[in-house]
Amino acid sequence: MRDQRLWTWHVGAGAVILVLLGLHMTVMHLDAFVRVFNATAEEPIAWSNVFARAQSTFFLVSYVLLLGAALFHGFYGLRTIVFELNPGDGLKKAVNGALVAAGLALFLFGTWAAWASFEFARVNG
Amino acid sequence: MADTTTLTEVVFRIRRFDPTSDAAPRWEDYRLPYTKGMTVLDGLKAVKESQSPTLSWRSSCRMGVCGSCGMFINGRPRLACNTQITELGTSLVSVAPLPNFKTVRDLVPDLTPMFDAHAALHPYIVRADQAEQERPTGEYWQSVHQLEAYLQFSYCIKCGCCMAACPTYATDPVYSGPMPLAQAYRYTADSRDGGFAARKAALAAERGPWKCHFAGECSQVCPKGVDPARAIQLMKRALVLDYLRLWKQPCPAKLATVPAGIKRREGIPEAPAPTIEKMVT
Repeated sequence: MRDQRLWTWHVGAGAVILVLLGLHMTVMHLDAFVRVFNATAEEPIAWSNVFARAQSTFFLVSYVLLLGAALFHGFYGLRTIVFELNPGDGLKKAVNGALVAAGLALFLFGTWAAWASFEFARVNG
Repeated sequence: MADTTTLTEVVFRIRRFDPTSDAAPRWEDYRLPYTKGMTVLDGLKAVKESQSPTLSWRSSCRMGVCGSCGMFINGRPRLACNTQITELGTSLVSVAPLPNFKTVRDLVPDLTPMFDAHAALHPYIVRADQAEQERPTGEYWQSVHQLEAYLQFSYCIKCGCCMAACPTYATDPVYSGPMPLAQAYRYTADSRDGGFAARKAALAAERGPWKCHFAGECSQVCPKGVDPARAIQLMKRALVLDYLRLWKQPCPAKLATVPAGIKRREGIPEAPAPTIEKMVT
């Protein structure tokens, strides 16, 4: 049943990535046509715009959600590739453990970074 | 591509292997005169009759129905009986046993792992009314639309060509492979079946459809036009919906009742008497 659960979350994470990465592409690369989340009408990567987005709770949640979805989606794919090399049961457990540990560490670090920038922008905004 | 309209001679390059005497497989060439309408199976028979009586392979029906003569012909899994020499576009015909299986001898693959995986996925209609299933008293209702949900997958002849073409099955012995998974879906999609829960125990684990890359080679090589790659994706969808508790088990079809008050139309003869005695229970 574990593979059924993991695959379902993999598909769900893919859907989240589709939406949030779509939002990222729209904000960053379609600014000439669609000016969304572009508070100062400058380049999307202008400091004023970056600073404005960093103050937004919506973007804080989006960053953390995208980070979690991308990490799960990517690490599940990596696990599938590694498991196709037919490792033994012990090695499979080690790979699972290593991927969970690396995923959690990266998620916590990324969440902290997103929160820190949010706090910085809120205090200095 | 060679001009096959003027073929006079064909070279069969056959991979030979006798486990009792050979350390490794070897290739041998046999020259044969080409005859109109010659299939690869015809060629193999001619080689056996005239040049190498020990050549071994499996075949039976000669008409693409039994699925026995799956072989690796000119780099592609095909049925030997169903493959015309002219369709290969060359006078050199290389024939090897199906890849991804151990070789028993010459062109005979050991299909045991495929059939073990097939059997593990309950490839038959499972009913709650066990007594009716074992001793049927009638037919189950099924609409045309319900039939179409699984019909194409029921054309599978278990030849193993899809398994030989699958890049995942080539490296991962845990993966069930296209044929067993497609057949698991064929019965899951059958409105007469109630065996999804029984199949799920195997499908939801590592041997399930999850490792399919959707390379699609299984569907490309299927000599019966079945689309196992599609069945595998539909199986994944069913299992995801089941995890989300959205899977709707098709209500097992009801037993069709014999209509009452029906009279035989005049001119229709009675059925002949049974030629065997009725089974005594």
